[in-house]
Amino acid sequence: MNPLKKAARWLNDRSGFTEMLKPLLDHPVPPGSKWAYVFGSATLFCFVLQVATGVGLALLYQPSSQEAFQSLQYITYKASLGKTLRGIHYFGASGMIVMVGLHMLRTYITAAYKYPREMSWISGVVLLLLTVGMGFTGQLLRWDDNGVWSAVVAAEQMGRIPLIGKSLARLLLGGDTLGGQSLSRFFSYHVFLIPALLFVFTGFHLWLVMRNGISEPPKAGQLVDPRTYRQWYKNMLRNSGVPFWPYAAWRDALFGSLIIMAIVVLAVVFGPPALTKPPDPSNVITTPQPDWYLLWIYALFALMPAKIESYVMFFGPLLLFFLLFALPFVSNKGERSPIKRPWAIVGSCFVVIVVVSLLFVGKNANWSPNFNAKALTKVSIPATDSLALSGSVLFQQKACLYCHSINNEGGKVGPDLTHVANRLSEEQITIRIANGAKNMPAYGSSLSNDELKKLVAFLKTRN
Amino acid sequence: MNEQTNLDRRKFLVRLTLLAGAVPAVLVSVPIFSALLGPLLQRQKQAWRRVASLSDIAVGETKLIQYVNADPLPWAGVTAKAAAWLRRETEDRFVAFSTHCSHLGCPVRWEDKAQLFLCPCHGGVYYKDGSVAAGPPPKPLTKIDVRINKNDVEIRTAPVPITTITQ
Repeated sequence: MNPLKKAARWLNDRSGFTEMLKPLLDHPVPPGSKWAYVFGSATLFCFVLQVATGVGLALLYQPSSQEAFQSLQYITYKASLGKTLRGIHYFGASGMIVMVGLHMLRTYITAAYKYPREMSWISGVVLLLLTVGMGFTGQLLRWDDNGVWSAVVAAEQMGRIPLIGKSLARLLLGGDTLGGQSLSRFFSYHVFLIPALLFVFTGFHLWLVMRNGISEPPKAGQLVDPRTYRQWYKNMLRNSGVPFWPYAAWRDALFGSLIIMAIVVLAVVFGPPALTKPPDPSNVITTPQPDWYLLWIYALFALMPAKIESYVMFFGPLLLFFLLFALPFVSNKGERSPIKRPWAIVGSCFVVIVVVSLLFVGKNANWSPNFNAKALTKVSIPATDSLALSGSVLFQQKACLYCHSINNEGGKVGPDLTHVANRLSEEQITIRIANGAKNMPAYGSSLSNDELKKLVAFLKTRN
Repeated sequence: MNEQTNLDRRKFLVRLTLLAGAVPAVLVSVPIFSALLGPLLQRQKQAWRRVASLSDIAVGETKLIQYVNADPLPWAGVTAKAAAWLRRETEDRFVAFSTHCSHLGCPVRWEDKAQLFLCPCHGGVYYKDGSVAAGPPPKPLTKIDVRINKNDVEIRTAPVPITTITQ
């Protein structure tokens, strides 16, 4: 016998690898479990990718408030292929979030959470939360000014929780303020604590797949009855089940491989998120923004009425978690087919549309002053009208331009003033500037009469 | 051994085993949780820091002042720094505002010509006295203690102001 084969046989006999793996590979899966079933394994592949690239990054990273930023610059600009490694870790995180989302949507739409797979859903929700937690703590580990201020924003949100809010905020920052203690905590969460929980819950989630089997593709009219389902499922597998390996596994492998390759291509083409300024909490000229997967929450906080905000910040997540955890208990039997559950489709579409729209408006952030608007270049004023000319300069100096646009230059917080003179009379413009409006500061006390006249003269030319 | 004794012995051994696991687990957990929850147990003491001379700032002027936190760790680097907006209202009256927006803590910047504080995150705006002018902030900018000590202006370091649900 070939000595290699002989060695393999010896190893297998003494360690029992086949005994351990054969049931996993041979376990039958329902026929027809096709491409809709690849998102869970793709999430797992992304997770493995994150662990591997994370270990790589940890070889180069300095988890200290003082040095983390320098080490990120080292990884990005000096270390060989460091930029690519960061890029893969970033797009891997994005991929994991997207795959988790698709996996969850598929599970919900086909009601795969019903009897006997309630715990698969519950553990899945925990895994979703842990994944988002990884995304958030990972963004902080970049430890540039965005990372520092994002930590503060997160602490503020935690602060809205009644009674224990302030304590939670202190726990997050590691003290009263940001400092040497802050990054060590995020590092510990991102590298040890949350991954350990992810391993535990992923293991449990996979064990449940083995124990309860993959949910069969739903058929309209085929109801789940907890009294008979297990027996029915067993018979169905006996009659028409196919071995997981390789009849189902090949799709998982192919799809997962395509996803990983797409991540690598994105990483090489676009690179990791750019590093901004050093993590100096005393530098106030910065615009913190979360990574894209949390941008929709950021958008939500800008758009909702300020009065209900504290309550939404606290009760919103609470209600969301409650609904997610309650789902398999509220409906654990009956119809699984999406055709017979139109509200599930409507609900899923609604959630997807809301989140995607919020992502778009969050990207543009039209509610924020446009600090880059420094001068009006596309506005022509007759040189003879010196009052209007000085008014146009004041329009920029008094920060009007940050919030209002003229000829597409300026901010989008307030109304476009390109043709304001057509809408408002001179008197109305004057009153508006002096007294302010619902979402506009009153300039009455900070403008002289002369300045006010100039501004109004300028706006009168906008017709 | 009769059946009852056997049962008692079994019960005793189960309890002994569980206890043998629990006691060291609890013992080891104490220092771990102390590391995790440490920030709740010790409050950082606050300190007065000299941030400017009286002559550095004119009446009516608002300036960003930077100083070192109350109790920086040796490896804090630039994260030991903090900032505040210092405004000289009259010859002998100063007022200092936290740089954190009361909405979600983003850094507000002072626009001198417009006499406004603007927040880049969700469009919060404050007047020069820290009161809310526009946008979502639920309360004015937090004031920080400031005092004049001979020819120096001093500021008392303060925690990041956390807005609670009722504010």
